[in-house]
Amino acid sequence: MAADPFDPARPWRLSPEVSLRDEPFGALAYHHGNRRLVFVKSAALVDLVRRLGEFATAADALGELVEAGQRDRYVAALARLAAGELIGVD
Amino acid sequence: MSTEAGLRDRLEGGLNAPICLTWELTYACNLACAHCLSSSGRRDPAELTTAEAKALVDELAAMKVFYVNVGGGEPMIRRDFFDIVEHAVERRVGVKFSTNGTRLDAAAARRLAAMDYLDVQVSIDGADAATSDALRGAGSYAAARRAMDHLAEAGFAGFKVSVVVTRDSVEQLDALEALAASYDAELRLARLRPSGRGVEVWDALRPTADQNRRLHAWLVERPHVLTGDSFFHLSPLGAPLEGLNLCGAGRVVCLIDPVGDVFACPFVIHDRFRAGNVRPGGFAPVWRESALFAELRAPGNPGACASCGSYDACRGGCLAAKFFTGLEASDPDPECVFGHGERRLATTRVELRPRPSIDHSRVVALGAPVRLR
Repeated sequence: MAADPFDPARPWRLSPEVSLRDEPFGALAYHHGNRRLVFVKSAALVDLVRRLGEFATAADALGELVEAGQRDRYVAALARLAAGELIGVD
Repeated sequence: MSTEAGLRDRLEGGLNAPICLTWELTYACNLACAHCLSSSGRRDPAELTTAEAKALVDELAAMKVFYVNVGGGEPMIRRDFFDIVEHAVERRVGVKFSTNGTRLDAAAARRLAAMDYLDVQVSIDGADAATSDALRGAGSYAAARRAMDHLAEAGFAGFKVSVVVTRDSVEQLDALEALAASYDAELRLARLRPSGRGVEVWDALRPTADQNRRLHAWLVERPHVLTGDSFFHLSPLGAPLEGLNLCGAGRVVCLIDPVGDVFACPFVIHDRFRAGNVRPGGFAPVWRESALFAELRAPGNPGACASCGSYDACRGGCLAAKFFTGLEASDPDPECVFGHGERRLATTRVELRPRPSIDHSRVVALGAPVRLR
């Protein structure tokens, strides 16, 4: 199954196949299905990824949890996670 | 890139739990490979019981250890092999296990193919029986190929063909890639290390400097070939290889041996690198509090490599390769691509190299046939 392209207007959440473990640099995310290991390199991104499912869309989550000037960076980070299927559309 | 270097520093400082760890289930093996990292052969009477093994899995699951590399010895010799790996997979501790294939019949292949979160690596050490059996024993190549046939027939997608790169097998890389492709399998290459019984064959069988250069170029063109971060000592030759490119010993990986001893990595089964045992208080206190791991996580000392412009590419290479060839941790890797390790090796004496302090080799008469079942 190909990964969905990242569209912030859709409802994204952490894949149920992913284990997320806090680490000094942020977190490690491991997808048990495709065996991908990803370094989530900031505590703020870890928090965003964990809480994505609480919001109707990723854009809503970004609006609530990320400062306006930082959002482009976080969109890029979420797009990378989407490409690895670590986050998926509900 | 500075963030990447920064991340590597953080990784070298250790993690809350290993990314993965190697778990040797038994020292028993029906083969007697010349380069066995764990000097396996005879079962140790003190090996973890089924209940202890399952309790360990539960603890690894609680620590969110993502997967374990199960090996031995030959792990499928344990009668509770399926019991343990199925327990792990149910707890979402993924299993990647290595086998010589001799016990992997059609029924076992079907059972393995039915499991999620499980990868299988079947070991051969050459693209033909003559090359592989020279290291692994007569009949071992044919047995491994039968296991691969069973996996393919059972529909096990993407199993791994695992090969240690020697002076001989390095000349067969294209044939090995074709063999893996013929099964729709993945090729996985590992470095020959002077660990366990490997110290006996390392000098004669390690790739030459020229072969290592060709191996690096071959790997750079094939990011799909798995290496388990085995060849980071070659990264100064040009492009960095896939992987973290650092020594993970006690930092991001470790080894739990069949009797529950925890070592810094699968390649240093030696008293010098024993961090503790899981039996008294579990694995977590050993990972988090052992004096050995604190030492390995302390900010690195580039030692003799400080003046080399490529230190950031190889971080001084493999701790185990240095230790078992009689070098210091601050020395260059014995296979340093610039020859610094060779020059240092020339000043050491082979007879003074550390001997394996833990050895379960069977006493086998030279030339005796290897018993496959």
